[in-house]
Amino acid sequence: MVSFLGQTGRFALEQIAAMGRVFSFLMSAIFLAFRRPAKFYLIIYHIKTIGVDSLSVVALSGFFTGMVMGFQGYYSLRKFNAESFLGSAAALGLLRELGPVLSAFMVTGRTGSAMAAELGTMRATEQIDALDSMAINPVKYLVSPRIIASLLAMPLLTAIFDVIGIFGAYLVGVHLLGVSSGSFFAGIENSVVFHDVYSGFVKSISFGLIITWICCYKGFHAPPMATGVSQATTESVVLSFVLILVWDYFLTSIML
Amino acid sequence: MIQVANLRKSFRGQEVLKGVNLEFAAGKITTIVGTSGCGKTVLLKHLNALYLPDSGEVFIDGVDITKLAQKDLYEIRRKFGVLFQGAALLDSMSVFDNVAFPLREKTRTSESDIKKKVDARLEQVGLGTMGGKFPAELSGGMKKRAGLARALIMDPQIVLFDEPTTGLDPVLATSIHQLISRTQKQFGFTGIVVSHTIPQVFDISDYVAMLANGVIENIAPPQAFCTSENPAVQQFIHGKTEGPIQVL
Repeated sequence: MVSFLGQTGRFALEQIAAMGRVFSFLMSAIFLAFRRPAKFYLIIYHIKTIGVDSLSVVALSGFFTGMVMGFQGYYSLRKFNAESFLGSAAALGLLRELGPVLSAFMVTGRTGSAMAAELGTMRATEQIDALDSMAINPVKYLVSPRIIASLLAMPLLTAIFDVIGIFGAYLVGVHLLGVSSGSFFAGIENSVVFHDVYSGFVKSISFGLIITWICCYKGFHAPPMATGVSQATTESVVLSFVLILVWDYFLTSIML
Repeated sequence: MIQVANLRKSFRGQEVLKGVNLEFAAGKITTIVGTSGCGKTVLLKHLNALYLPDSGEVFIDGVDITKLAQKDLYEIRRKFGVLFQGAALLDSMSVFDNVAFPLREKTRTSESDIKKKVDARLEQVGLGTMGGKFPAELSGGMKKRAGLARALIMDPQIVLFDEPTTGLDPVLATSIHQLISRTQKQFGFTGIVVSHTIPQVFDISDYVAMLANGVIENIAPPQAFCTSENPAVQQFIHGKTEGPIQVL
């Protein structure tokens, strides 16, 4: 019994210590982001890798998500003879929920995993030690610019996802299923308010922070071997997905 | 002057360094030898505080660097250049940018002066025409040379070499040794080399220290080291499996 309690206590302490390390990593990255000299060229480079390089996959997934919403929304709304609300349903669903969450998933898969793998490889090949030995803070050089870049790029990617998604729903609803174009757009105009756009915006920013935080942490602390890098990459993607969904629940309940 | 006092370090309960005491002569090359996995690299990484000890001190010019705040530690690290085992060049940059990197990040040197200095260093290590290549396009020996150029670019007082010839053929290993010796004479830095390429590494060493069983077994000039009666030294030099050094 005593041994069981001891093991449980040790496990709990280890988990708390691990959480402390994860949070202190984030805090130091944010703190160092404001320390001079600012690394503008790195921020711009990472806006390209996070934003521009993810654009095609975000646009494509947004388009098909919107088209699926067109079909599913039409099917559900037809049961209540409310097909004219398709535009409203698609826009609200995309702006408030699917846009931020699915674009965050796409960025995690496309860029977050690459971040974890890149930093993990840098750890394994002593490149992070090399930065440190040159008196260059590796967190400031490698992590802080990525965090700032993701905070800037994620809302833009989400906005693109939303617009293309609504266009996909429009194509299916209006041109394929025969919903009136006027009622589609009138529904959007009547039901979407600034708060809907704002809540999606807040979500996308916080998801951007979660992705870079978790993926950079996992890569930065990957065991220095091939399996360590692959393990860090997998863990970073899975943990980011889970945290995005958990955080989404809390944000939705607060901002509803 | 670098001094290590009673340094201890464990990883997951396994004690690698068990009270290392060592002094490195300024302006000389000291080589640390020992069997694979005996803790040579761990000891080396304590010298510029990339690793922090469980107990013990590392003094650089009288300052114990194990207890410094990060800002002060980074000031001390400016005295160091490090050549890592795999050179640790940044993959995303060309050789020129890798060598120029510390100058761009840590000084306000103009781009024209950076170009002059980097070109000169690349020329010294025999990579005068390779500045535009990326690390992935270089051979192992070229990477080490580029790593050496980067290690020397800030004119360091102390240069750490972590197994500079591992994985290289004997001819290339000798050329890297000669390069280390030549640059040391030219710049006058204190060189600390971790190696098990014996006896070739003795040619460039002023002192040889042997790490075995977590402690320094012997330190002496190469000739005296080879004739030492220390059984651990003799076992290592002659590659015997039986003796005081625990193998497997």
